Amino acid sequence: MKIAIASGKGGTGKSTVAANLACTLALSREVALVDCDVEEPNLHLFFPDSAVDVPVTTPVPEIDPALCNFCGECGKFCRFGALSVLKDRVILFPELCHSCGGCSLVCPQGAIEEVPRTVGRVACSCPLPSLTLVSGVLNEGEVMAPAVIRAAKMLAEGHPLILYDASPGIACPVIETLEGVDACILVTESTPFGLHDLRLAAEVVEGIGIPAGVVINRSDGQDEETLEFCRERGLPVLMTIPFSREIAAVQNRGGLICRDLPGWEERFADLFEAVVKIVGVSP
Amino acid sequence: MIRLAVVSGKGGTGKTMVAAALADISTVPQVLADCDVDAANLELLFDTRRLTTEEFRGLEAARIDLEQCRDCGICADHCRFGAIVRRNDAWEVDPLHCEGCAVCTYVCPTGAARMEPRVCGEIYTSATDRGNLAHARLFPGSGNSGLLVTEVRKRATSLADGADLLLADGPPGIGCPLIATISGVDAVLIVTEPGVSALHDLERLVTVCRRFDVQIFVAINRFDLAEDICKRVEDYCEKEGIVVAGKIPFDPSVIDAVRNGRPVTRSESPATDALRALRKSLFAELGFR
Amino acid sequence: MIVGITARAAGTDAPVEQRFGRAPYFVFVDTETGKAESIENPLVDAAGGVGPRAVQMFSEHGATVVITGQVGGNAARALGMGGIKAYAYRGSGSVAEALAEYTAGNLQPLPL
Repeated sequence: MKIAIASGKGGTGKSTVAANLACTLALSREVALVDCDVEEPNLHLFFPDSAVDVPVTTPVPEIDPALCNFCGECGKFCRFGALSVLKDRVILFPELCHSCGGCSLVCPQGAIEEVPRTVGRVACSCPLPSLTLVSGVLNEGEVMAPAVIRAAKMLAEGHPLILYDASPGIACPVIETLEGVDACILVTESTPFGLHDLRLAAEVVEGIGIPAGVVINRSDGQDEETLEFCRERGLPVLMTIPFSREIAAVQNRGGLICRDLPGWEERFADLFEAVVKIVGVSP
Repeated sequence: MIRLAVVSGKGGTGKTMVAAALADISTVPQVLADCDVDAANLELLFDTRRLTTEEFRGLEAARIDLEQCRDCGICADHCRFGAIVRRNDAWEVDPLHCEGCAVCTYVCPTGAARMEPRVCGEIYTSATDRGNLAHARLFPGSGNSGLLVTEVRKRATSLADGADLLLADGPPGIGCPLIATISGVDAVLIVTEPGVSALHDLERLVTVCRRFDVQIFVAINRFDLAEDICKRVEDYCEKEGIVVAGKIPFDPSVIDAVRNGRPVTRSESPATDALRALRKSLFAELGFR
Repeated sequence: MIVGITARAAGTDAPVEQRFGRAPYFVFVDTETGKAESIENPLVDAAGGVGPRAVQMFSEHGATVVITGQVGGNAARALGMGGIKAYAYRGSGSVAEALAEYTAGNLQPLPL
């Protein structure tokens, strides 16, 4: 089973939920936790351990100067401006390249070959006996987040139970993360911002057709509007985490409430059962 | 005009709260830009009146004309993004995955695959009680938020009308929307919090900001929740030569203000005092009186 | 020598456009013959990567000098590597006026 943990808004506690859920589940079964928030991967901070790095590359063009006659077809074709053909040279902007392969297709001289270029890495570790952590890390200044997410997901493939921590928002990296998942946990907080962004995230998972439920984090007990929204949209509320300085303190120092505060391991185990229920199959 | 972007490597550090507070207590004529287009929230905190709404077109997407399609599937073989899918016994472009590269139009032997403009969001300008605001909404799942940010910044510049400050609320993360937000600004204010994750994100964000010719300032939100980690954040800033322009205490009135949809500075509280001090030291650094 | 100028419309009477890659028109003037050729910029509504693509168009038209308002980082790099010089015209005058300013040596080079 594949479960994504997502949120329209950043900082709702999505990674904290993912880390606690993974830590709890790892007590009773094999779990793979995939950090798909490749711009700001943080899960490794909850589970410090030595990791093996696998580079993530995307293909970019390389031009054979012996064959190129500067006809300019590649530069005209590329919609991303990754190639600029001048009188006597071709200038490549690899960070603009989307690796579509169009330039090598259109080159009449067969002068373009694609070569791998590193845009990030995937760090794999086993911080707990039954937990595999796979973290996608996008290099600073790169834009091809989906390629790193794809690679991270691929390395976790084959595990019976996979949790994906998505990046905040609703743009392409989130779509890439949600590809092929069985259920999605939407983490929100009960503020107008939280609700506004939950609405957007709910639209996305609904659009793709993934069963979803909601975790309300940092609740101060006044969650009426959020609850009303969940009722309207048929989204079950899977868990409510209250706001408390005690919880905030555990989290700020990189701790896990399922380990450090009594009662939370049971609650995260219940969260998993609730997710299983919305998928409608046993894991 | 000084262009200042309020950013945060990590979401949820209180970036929008700080940006809204600065806008609320600013002492100079200003224009606002909500560059957090995935989750544009600034509008929720001010009294706004919509001035204009425009369609936002990102990259074109492919479409397959079934009248001309001979069902050969060559387009699907060449598409690197898996965007050409089999539905109802015919080839179809899945717009969520189409990158707009146009390879399918090149390889299609019958000319059935064509590029068409794709509307992926809306761009708005609004008048608020604290200056004009440019903002946008990205339709769910549409890519290209970086380009939309660029459009929002352009609208903000054209709305500036003699303003001395362009105040942008930036996106979380360090990807293309962030780069689009900070390229060409004079200064960034990074809102962080005393947490192990937040410090890690701060370091990555500073690395990115260093590539641009911008002044970097830091504000530490909820600094008193973990004084020891707060000290680590301050030590890091000192080592990097970054000015910590303000420290905001944890204050339940911030949650109240957000819940009621108004800037926290509309009422007196410890957070309001800290934000006033932040505004003062930041504006002094930027050369405002 | 061919000078390429970014413009809001066709012809040498058109006002100069400040944007480089997204200018509606490019006007190419041969300074020896005085002949001008205007082309409509197909990139004006393109989503991204317009800078490098516009530089390729200037190169194709044989321009060795560009007059415009400002150029982005990628375009600057392509212009620099292609040996095309860029000059800033920040006034509101026409293509012909900008060219006269350039010829008189009054325009500042853009950093490439």
